[in-house]
Amino acid sequence: MASIHLDNLHKVYAGGVQAVTGVSLDIKDGEMIVLVGPSGCGKSTLLRMVAGLETITSGTLKIGDRVVNNLEPAERDIAMVFQNYALYPHMTVFNNLAYGLKNRKFPSNEITRRVTEAAKMLEIDAFLDRKPRQLSGGQRQRVAMGRALVREPAAFLFDEPLSNLDAKLRVQMRVEIKQLQRRLGTTSLYVTHDQLEALTLADRLVVLNGGVIEQVGTPMEVYNKPASLFVAGFIGSPAMNMIPVEYLQAQGATLPEILPDETDLVGIRPDELSLNPPSDASLSVKGTLMLLEPAGAESHLYIHLEGSDQPIVMRVSGVPQMQEGQAIQMYTSVAALHPFNKASGRRTG
Amino acid sequence: MQTKRTTFSNRWLPYALLAPQVIVTLVFFIWPASQALIQSVYRQGDAFGVRPPTFVGWRNFETLLAEPQYLGSLKATFIFALGTTILSMGVALLFAVMVNRMIRSRDAYTTFMVWPYAVAPAIAGVLWWFIFNPNIGILPYVLEGIGYDWNHRASSTDAMLLIIIAAAWKQISYNFLFFLAGLQSIPHSLIEAAAIDGAGRMKRFWTIVFPLLSPVTFFLMVVNIVYAMFDTFGVIHATTEGGPSQATNILVYKVFRDGFVNLNTGSSAAQSVILMAIVIVLTVIQFRYIERRVNY
Repeated sequence: MASIHLDNLHKVYAGGVQAVTGVSLDIKDGEMIVLVGPSGCGKSTLLRMVAGLETITSGTLKIGDRVVNNLEPAERDIAMVFQNYALYPHMTVFNNLAYGLKNRKFPSNEITRRVTEAAKMLEIDAFLDRKPRQLSGGQRQRVAMGRALVREPAAFLFDEPLSNLDAKLRVQMRVEIKQLQRRLGTTSLYVTHDQLEALTLADRLVVLNGGVIEQVGTPMEVYNKPASLFVAGFIGSPAMNMIPVEYLQAQGATLPEILPDETDLVGIRPDELSLNPPSDASLSVKGTLMLLEPAGAESHLYIHLEGSDQPIVMRVSGVPQMQEGQAIQMYTSVAALHPFNKASGRRTG
Repeated sequence: MQTKRTTFSNRWLPYALLAPQVIVTLVFFIWPASQALIQSVYRQGDAFGVRPPTFVGWRNFETLLAEPQYLGSLKATFIFALGTTILSMGVALLFAVMVNRMIRSRDAYTTFMVWPYAVAPAIAGVLWWFIFNPNIGILPYVLEGIGYDWNHRASSTDAMLLIIIAAAWKQISYNFLFFLAGLQSIPHSLIEAAAIDGAGRMKRFWTIVFPLLSPVTFFLMVVNIVYAMFDTFGVIHATTEGGPSQATNILVYKVFRDGFVNLNTGSSAAQSVILMAIVIVLTVIQFRYIERRVNY
């Protein structure tokens, strides 16, 4: 078990493509960090740099107290779970789990002990004699995890491990990964493009965009106080509504004075909008209901604002008795507004 | 399972469509093969029709198998096929592994590596004959420098080495392409997982890559043995012509020599039948086991 320190890491590919730019991050011992971002944001590259599968162009990477920049993957004392599991197809489950231990010249009784223990923990002990192709997706996923944990490494690296599973299994495995990580207390770095996975798993969340860290924080910090327009749009579903201040002023809305001067865009989460005025200071907007989208326990209302080409989304519980085309008056609490500056893309207050 | 049935408007149309393939098979495969089968149980008549061919039953086979020269040829074929297969597959695998590790000029190298396959066997034979020619060749000259007196006209070992090298050289391209395709179909993440699991480069190759290539390796082994046994006539004819003293007179070449040079068609046909049996066995092995040997 160890802490991981990334100091100003850069990755430039041979063709000149800048994949990761100046990433610095301190991962505490036993912490679960989730790297999240859209495809091509450099999150996988960053993970692979930590694993030693990609070279580090510049910067310093420390695992524990060792600088590991130039160490082979095997010497970094990490284990990785791959997106496609990367199980050795010609080996039995037992040998898949034992391979890393055999290469490290563990005595055979120790190998058997560790493999059996891990297999029990992951409930794959009945399949030890099978080949990977005889297993279901979920079972393969468990074998891949087992292979990581028999080694008892300093850190686990997960590269979108759940993206090949169906929705139901994904939720189940997500819960199991979290429980397992809590129980073992192993430092983990987890890459995903799924914001729900990121929010639920992370001790701390790292939002990446274009190879640069946009924000680091606990899931609730990131959700409640997105540091940039990108984070605001990426975390939360449906995405946060962005309304230009100019528009609101033109509509005669009175904006609270606490908003910093450079604010020219305010963000409102779909669930912070309501049809009834809240008790505290509020802001109200008029619009027309374009589309009502029931989603089970809740509904999404798509509302057209007069003189604005972008509809806003509102989330209400249940299915309201409303007609499409109907005029709507919405309210939001002033405290729930997220102020941004459009040019810098940053939060202003 | 549902099979798709096509209905033809004219009942002769399907036969007409099949005819070209059937005729080619009959004329070029079934007919010569049955001729060989028939001739193998006859003793050849004389050239003037005075003495007609006589039925001799298994006698051609009995004489053949008792003949030390035939057994010698069998042994030469075995050594030659084994040598050619190991050499051509070994070198091809080495090249494929090296080309697979390249990033930029991979396609260019692949193209160059395929060229030898386009060279006709006889030309390849002549090429190697020149290179190894004891009088004018470059290699004997070089070998003499390190104290080896190369002469494939006198030394059986040299002659065997020459035809193995010439035959293997041509087959490397083919093997290379299959090995390269096989290597490229191995997911890169497996190699990375093995690297993280603490396996060094050699260990990764022998415990992950090579086992995953085994279906390709097995397929190529059968193809190469068949090639060495049956398709190398041109190479041998252009280099050693079976000599010296029958050392490189492999089975196919002996069929030709006995049938067309020595005009012993009965024995030649019997040898063809034995060769046919060998091909059938090899083909059956290939079809029976190639699917099962796939271990993932």
